[in-house]
Amino acid sequence: MSTPEKEPVRAPDPVTPVLTRRWTSPRSWSIDTYEQLGGYSSLRTAFAAHPDQLIQLVKDSGLRGRGGAGFPTGMKWGFIPQDDGSGTGPGAKPKYLVINADEGEPGTCKDIPTMMADPHSLIEGCIVTSYAIRAHFCAIYVRGEALHCIRRLRAAVREAKARGYLGTDILGSGFDLEIVVHAGAGAYICGEETALLDSLEGRRGQPRLKPPFPATSGLYASPTVVNNVETIASVPAIVTGGSDWFRSMGREKSPGPKIYSISGHVERPGQYEAPLGITLRELLELAGGMKDGIPLKFWTPGGSSTPLLTAEHLDVPLDFEGAAEAGSMLGTTAVQVFNETVSVPWAVMKWTEFYKHESCGKCTPCREGTYWLAQVLQRMVRGEGTTEDIDTLVDVCDNILGRSFCALGDGATSPITSAVKYFRQEFLDLIASQPDVERLEQLTDVKLAQRTNGTALSGASA
Amino acid sequence: MTLPGGNPESNAPAHVTPTEREFPSPPEPSPVSPVFDELTRARTKEIISLYPQSRSALLPLLHLVQSVEGFVSQDGIRYCAEALELSTAEVSAVATFYTMYKRSPCGEHLVSVCTNTLCAALGGDDIYDRLRTHLGSAERPLAHEETAGEPGTPGSITLEHAECLAACDLGPVLQVNYEYFDNQTADSAVELVDALRRGERPQPTRGAPLTDLRTVELELAGFVEDDAVIGETTRVEGPSSAIESVRGARLAEDNGWAAPAMPDEPPAMPALPEKK
Repeated sequence: MSTPEKEPVRAPDPVTPVLTRRWTSPRSWSIDTYEQLGGYSSLRTAFAAHPDQLIQLVKDSGLRGRGGAGFPTGMKWGFIPQDDGSGTGPGAKPKYLVINADEGEPGTCKDIPTMMADPHSLIEGCIVTSYAIRAHFCAIYVRGEALHCIRRLRAAVREAKARGYLGTDILGSGFDLEIVVHAGAGAYICGEETALLDSLEGRRGQPRLKPPFPATSGLYASPTVVNNVETIASVPAIVTGGSDWFRSMGREKSPGPKIYSISGHVERPGQYEAPLGITLRELLELAGGMKDGIPLKFWTPGGSSTPLLTAEHLDVPLDFEGAAEAGSMLGTTAVQVFNETVSVPWAVMKWTEFYKHESCGKCTPCREGTYWLAQVLQRMVRGEGTTEDIDTLVDVCDNILGRSFCALGDGATSPITSAVKYFRQEFLDLIASQPDVERLEQLTDVKLAQRTNGTALSGASA
Repeated sequence: MTLPGGNPESNAPAHVTPTEREFPSPPEPSPVSPVFDELTRARTKEIISLYPQSRSALLPLLHLVQSVEGFVSQDGIRYCAEALELSTAEVSAVATFYTMYKRSPCGEHLVSVCTNTLCAALGGDDIYDRLRTHLGSAERPLAHEETAGEPGTPGSITLEHAECLAACDLGPVLQVNYEYFDNQTADSAVELVDALRRGERPQPTRGAPLTDLRTVELELAGFVEDDAVIGETTRVEGPSSAIESVRGARLAEDNGWAAPAMPDEPPAMPALPEKK
């Protein structure tokens, strides 16, 4: 840390556009606009430095991954084994930079506007990052449904190449880099970094067991950095402004500005870039308050995989530590706001159907668990729930959490366990309002089937 | 107890021996369908050349075959397998994993309605239900990934419900051929599909002028037809951003809010860390 003794200063302004600053310009996605607004100026500063200095700079800045987990970015880059001159070992292998642009976490909608309005900021960040980790091939894995982002990123790569920012011997630095914009094909799981790597290798997008981590054994079993779009787009400003400037926003352990995506029942949903640590109360004020004045019921701080919160949590500082202390996670700062008209069991059912659909099927607890969770919730919403169903849900969640390779399974349990924690009474009321359903025990079920079909259940006919 | 002599095989009654079953002989490895012409082959090579390892080209190649045939057929699978020296099983495993690869012929347009929680709460479920009955009938609403009209013919529409399309501040959203139509209602969605059926191409809220699913699949693979009415340069045009996406930035402009000023010159880099 360059200034460990300094108290973190909250920026005085409630909205601090750094990444979103250029979005309001006409043709903000073109290289002319980008350069006019100071774009690509970080490259000369970066190339004048040693790659390890850049890694140290990003470590000093305290930048943490913007894709959900919040892992310190500089530390991730530092894990890449570098060539020790021996010509053997992982350091001798080619290094790769892979950008995770597979935005699909329910509620999350920050990377797509970033790539649509300001693709060059990502390209510039990719060049600096690749130089720092000594990668000469970078892939941007964009979800296939984000077609217009793919077009603009590819155009940005062409423009950058034409101006000498990509290709061989960039700006006379001797550094070479190629960027490929890779279109995904519609699988949420590919947002998980190892599943993304498998998908980029032309396979089914299924997560790998870690360790080995991508830093040593990533794309093509070579050292790989996988970072989110917003993370890498933040890098040029850190190079130009320095780590102290970056730390003048946000909080000690979660510094910098962050794009908060506010959606749902608010007057003015949208993207609000604010210093990390802003509260929902402040965000709601920026977004014009609750739509039509209908009170808040529940919200997610960072997508559906982060446990939901309630009106009690209006003053929780939304940074990595604050959200965790409140029993949730910061995730992708996708703030989905729901008012009193929305039924919690219904919302949880819809999310669970999503996880069921997107479970890749590799790990049994997640594959089977999400399937049964969806069935239990569906019958509850349909009007056939029983009080035991709540225990069944919690029990199944307990058997998924921590028992699958990746975070999808864990994420699937978050909305359910948090909903039961804060809204158990609503589940009970829903069930109590339903007429008693006669649920046949399994055995009677079989007998009934035999009677109605007139056949023995002995498998296929001969 | 005395065990019989001999061994299990020789003791087994003769009728247990499985009789030879007749399997239909596998089809000759057909020359891959002629629809994959010289141009497609050249494009295939170009895609493969982009990656350090050829198999990475599989996802773009599947988009490419989908642009040729309108879906990923068995021929398309064999084509990819041959191009990348994979088995057809390996390619099938991939093609069936991803929702964007359709395994049966699709309509001229693909309409995807977000029915994830937030869009659904704002009306996405109603939009999807209305489109199902509107494109189908009240008695038999269209099912997920079902097509209204003869697949591939002008005005035919494949309808699907989609998971979160990452435009939650603009919900409820739907996409036509992966172009965004923001802030929809059931009525606006019905108008939209009616226009599509009449052969019109309404302008998406964000994105390029509407084409059709096959053109878009070609773009995903990385190409634009040379004779395309709307060329590559024009297709990146369109608004920088949705109005909603820049609300924060505009609010800052209106109030004179900004991030702290950067130093005039980039500050000195940290010292080179000592080697461990």
